[in-house]
Amino acid sequence: MMAAITNLFRAVTYRGQEGQIAWMLHRIAGVGVFVFLAGHIFDIFLMAFGPDVFDALLFFYHQFFFKLLIIFGLYLGVLYHALNGIRIVIIDFWPGMAKYQARLWRIQLGIFVLAYIPSATIMLSRMFDGS
Amino acid sequence: MNVTLRIQRFNPETDSKPHWEEYPLDVEPSDRLLDALHEVKWHHDGTLAFRRSCAHGICGSDAMTINNVNRLACKVLMGDLGARVTVEPLRGFRIVKDLVVDMEPFFEKYRSIKPYFINYDPDPPTERYQSQEERERYDDTTKCILCAACTSSCPSYWGNREFLGPATIVQAHRFIFDSRDQGANERLEVLNDRDGVWRCRTIFNCTGACPREIKVTQAIGEVKKLLLFNRMV
Repeated sequence: MMAAITNLFRAVTYRGQEGQIAWMLHRIAGVGVFVFLAGHIFDIFLMAFGPDVFDALLFFYHQFFFKLLIIFGLYLGVLYHALNGIRIVIIDFWPGMAKYQARLWRIQLGIFVLAYIPSATIMLSRMFDGS
Repeated sequence: MNVTLRIQRFNPETDSKPHWEEYPLDVEPSDRLLDALHEVKWHHDGTLAFRRSCAHGICGSDAMTINNVNRLACKVLMGDLGARVTVEPLRGFRIVKDLVVDMEPFFEKYRSIKPYFINYDPDPPTERYQSQEERERYDDTTKCILCAACTSSCPSYWGNREFLGPATIVQAHRFIFDSRDQGANERLEVLNDRDGVWRCRTIFNCTGACPREIKVTQAIGEVKKLLLFNRMV
């Protein structure tokens, strides 16, 4: 545990460049998505205890706060994780692209903003519409 | 210019853990950090321990973490560091004393990839010829001075000390892509291990830390690709 805290301290304080920020966000997004998927598997498991138990959990899922969490947590995390993964795949399969890694990171962020803002806006508007 | 040098100190004989000490200095902007460390050691506190040898960015012995990024103390100018400079030993290695770390695990990994020329053919009567293109193929990775700035900046290495680390892979790259060498398969076997190249997460801290401006992440990527497709890229 102490080693994990030490490494976290190193990662936060070391003055890396774009790649380090991209990696840290990738890890945070990855852990977040994992937690959500684990929860999702757990709620399916609750079906074994009958509809009442499962419906109680669905009630929680339909709460306003949880819907916000889907848009500003899960969706944001999955989109970032996927785009950053594509950037890493590009560099891994074409090592010569490494010299453009900072530019690739900015392009990735641009695509992220272009994809996230309109789709999140649509999701939010539907949420407030009640649909 | 007046600066405050904040140095992480650790004496294994008296301290249970590292602590920080500050030294106010009057330095020239054109002084190197190594000059400032000498000023501390020679005129303020003779117990300060740090490594240095050539003092000209060739031997690689004075790599340390300066203002939270790995650099050679002999290549950094005080004028570029600001009024408050923090200096600490390379991260990820056991501290021997003050800024001196135990480099043995680093060199143990370095030796594991057989960092020397291997050729099983009978010795030729003349030198082994190589075209300019063949020499160019691994030119970048010949520049490594084994300072460990890259390995110590690598989050994968912080998390797993068994990882070979960027410097070792760079050294392997230098011989694997040498057209005269015949030891590539022996080295690739080591690099293909679970603690070999696949621990690299393409973070690029190594490339940013390298004082010789070696394209470290690219070299690692080329070794990965060679392993994946079993052909030179």
